[in-house]
Amino acid sequence: MTRALTAAICAGCVSLSAPSCAPSKPRAEVRELRVCADPNNLPFSNSRQEGFENKLANIIARDMNAKVQYTWWAQRRGFIRNTLNAGKCDVVMGVPSSFELALTTNAYYRSTYVFVTRKDRKIDVRSFDDPRLRNLRIGVHLVGDDGANTPPVHALSSRGVVGNVRGYMLAGDYSRPNPPARLIEAVVNGDVDIAIVWGPLAGYFAKAPAAALRIVPVSPAIDLPFLPQVYDISLAVRRSDKKLKAKLDAVLEREQGPIAALLAEYGVPRVGRASSLARS
Amino acid sequence: MQTPRWVAAAVVLLLGLGCERDADPPAVRTAEPAPGASTTLTPLPNSIPNAAPEDGQWVRPAKDYASTRYSGLSEINTGNVANLKVAWTFSTGVLRGQEAAPIVAGNTMYVVTPYPNILYALDLTKPGETKWAYRPRPAAAAQGVACCDVVNRGAVFDNGRIFYNTLDNYTVAVDAANGREVWRTKLGDINLGETMTMAPLVVKGKVLVGNSGGEMGVRGWLTALNESDGSVAWRAYHTGPDADVLIGDSFKPFYAQDKGKDLGVRSWPPEAWKVGGGTTWGWISYDPSLDLIFYGTANPGPWNAEQRPGDNKWTSGAFARDPDDGQAKWFYQWNPHDLFDYDGINELILLDLPIKGATRKVLVRPERNGFIYVLDRTSGEVLSATPYAYLTSLKSVDLRTGRPIEVKEKEPQMGVVKRGICPAAPGAKDWNPSAYSPRTGLIYIPHNNLCMDFEGVEANYIAGTPYVGANVKIYAGPGGNRGEFTAWDPVNARPAWKIAERFPVFSAAVVTAGDVVFYGTMDGYFKALDARDGHELWRFKVGSGIIGQPVAYRGPDGKEYIAVLSGVGGWPGAIVAGQLDPRDSTAALGFADAMKDLPQYSTKGGTLYVFSL
Repeated sequence: MTRALTAAICAGCVSLSAPSCAPSKPRAEVRELRVCADPNNLPFSNSRQEGFENKLANIIARDMNAKVQYTWWAQRRGFIRNTLNAGKCDVVMGVPSSFELALTTNAYYRSTYVFVTRKDRKIDVRSFDDPRLRNLRIGVHLVGDDGANTPPVHALSSRGVVGNVRGYMLAGDYSRPNPPARLIEAVVNGDVDIAIVWGPLAGYFAKAPAAALRIVPVSPAIDLPFLPQVYDISLAVRRSDKKLKAKLDAVLEREQGPIAALLAEYGVPRVGRASSLARS
Repeated sequence: MQTPRWVAAAVVLLLGLGCERDADPPAVRTAEPAPGASTTLTPLPNSIPNAAPEDGQWVRPAKDYASTRYSGLSEINTGNVANLKVAWTFSTGVLRGQEAAPIVAGNTMYVVTPYPNILYALDLTKPGETKWAYRPRPAAAAQGVACCDVVNRGAVFDNGRIFYNTLDNYTVAVDAANGREVWRTKLGDINLGETMTMAPLVVKGKVLVGNSGGEMGVRGWLTALNESDGSVAWRAYHTGPDADVLIGDSFKPFYAQDKGKDLGVRSWPPEAWKVGGGTTWGWISYDPSLDLIFYGTANPGPWNAEQRPGDNKWTSGAFARDPDDGQAKWFYQWNPHDLFDYDGINELILLDLPIKGATRKVLVRPERNGFIYVLDRTSGEVLSATPYAYLTSLKSVDLRTGRPIEVKEKEPQMGVVKRGICPAAPGAKDWNPSAYSPRTGLIYIPHNNLCMDFEGVEANYIAGTPYVGANVKIYAGPGGNRGEFTAWDPVNARPAWKIAERFPVFSAAVVTAGDVVFYGTMDGYFKALDARDGHELWRFKVGSGIIGQPVAYRGPDGKEYIAVLSGVGGWPGAIVAGQLDPRDSTAALGFADAMKDLPQYSTKGGTLYVFSL
């Protein structure tokens, strides 16, 4: 059993004075779900707890009769090392299911990269093979890790679509709200004709009626030789926390309904079903 | 194509890491002249331009403007260095990679720590006692932005002040007598991925500083601050229009590909130059008689190479500039359209050497790409470019065009497995600078013997967005030793001798008029070699691995001292200093995997060691 769920029975011990929580006094179990999250990255999370990963943490905590406690850290290189693996928390709310730096739970959603355009532009691009992509101004995210890019960038460059592609740093200017959203804004204000964006980010900002955006999943979903544009997303725990993973898997199973409703509320584009949540 | 033999050797090494505990370092490589082999050395007494008489101090990162790291002190010499003992020590209190050179001015030594970038003044008359400490309190968030440990490469002394950079992009001037801050100037923004880690140089009343963070979409620059008040005198960007790069009428590059208008825009896809990298986190040299500064620019970023066709100027090259107004005089590009993260920021050693019968004003660059270049520093012409380490990614450098000739089959391609790319991304040699002795005519190069594989596509995740990169594995090159220490004859373009080291050599070197060359290893040995033949004369086991810059100075008592910071970290040592998970083969961009046995050899540290007879 992990520290989060047993040792932290007395959640107030750290901040309250000692007499209020003498260890010998039995009291109602208030457990802690210690979560590390980015304080400035909607739709995923922010410090006002407005993101769907914040709400998901609440759903999981409620199921476990626990309270959510956050450690905030910008989700940049070293995030897992400095947070989860440094023991500052026990759960990170979203990582790819194949993530190597941590132990992942069963997937709770599967999304895809999407084309984002303004509805009034009527640019109905559905495939990386659409010849219009050679001439449109295309916006993509830049990662900030040598030699690494988002999968759509590789799909474009393998088709020789290069000169008309404009990069927006994912990390962006962190002093502004939700830095990755600059790419969506570039579509809205016409700086680019089309953006290729990870689904949850696009879905959230396209939901605002004023945005008048169209989002279309990219195809092919898996570009050859093997470049997926579709990812299963899981919770992450430390590699050694196998019991916590099992517990969280059970919670995800029980809370499928509320989780599906939450993802729909945030406009997360979902493709297929995250395999592990599909009832066989 | 690579030879199967050494690929097999590398695989064995990968599997066998951690099982070689009892092997005594270093194994001597036989492919090159062994230490002690009789070599004819030609002293070149006038080869350091504008050499000043030895004053016993160490006020600049490389001691002199020519960046030789040569000390004229000779009390410690080949005959007595075996008696070298610890004189005193000092704990910096910071357990991250210690990359700085201690600065010695008058009777005081100045040491800058990694983040939080504390500046300590140590009294040399009461050896090691702290006179004062200056704490700039950099923003904690800067730690999450720095790419490769939270290092700092040190300070510079000039005109009664100490100047250095903080991780959160301030250049500070501190009164060397009392530690009071004289000025501080903010030059970059951590919110944009920018940090500062390099050691400044002061030239003609200007403090020259550069930025780090090319992989974060930072646009690289060199900035000159007025020494008196910290105001910005000029800034030269390394991408973009000529006006931003300070390229004007006086720009006369040697090679055709560097001539033309706005190449910093036109050698990129539209707008990619705005986030193009080419930062300045290495070294600056200065030639007072030519009145030119020389420095390197880092790799292009953050696109993968397929997405940034073109030479990507002015990244991964070297500029000569006028220190007064920053105007460029020439540029040479080591790695046009860099494919392998071969930053071009290593040291540039200014020498006057006899080349083919004439004395030429040259600069010598042991480049990350595995070639040691000799350039005419008046023009930027390449006089020679010779491999000093094992390499497979480049064939040679075409002296007619100045361009490296690439090996097509080693070019990374997303989703395609490429093996045996040498040197690996940290280069045949990283930032840690070499030393040069006019008494032997040799350059002492601490460096790497590393290769890498680009394997399949690996999924990663940042800011809530999945992305993919090549799964990079870094490992020892032929011979199985990950490091080398090479004495190089720049006149004849050949090695004089080589020492093999278990780990990549990430410390700088210093060489003295006592014909002793010093360097440190990541497994924590500080070593003294005979500068003439490479014989090891002395070694001392320090507390933590060495990635710092040793210096030599004369103390108030008239004795010669050798000082070095111990404390492993940086990119290769992140597995210790950053406590990376050795099971994560991709940690530290694949470097942690090559260093997974380091924790057996070195724990964290942060201690200055000072030695004397």
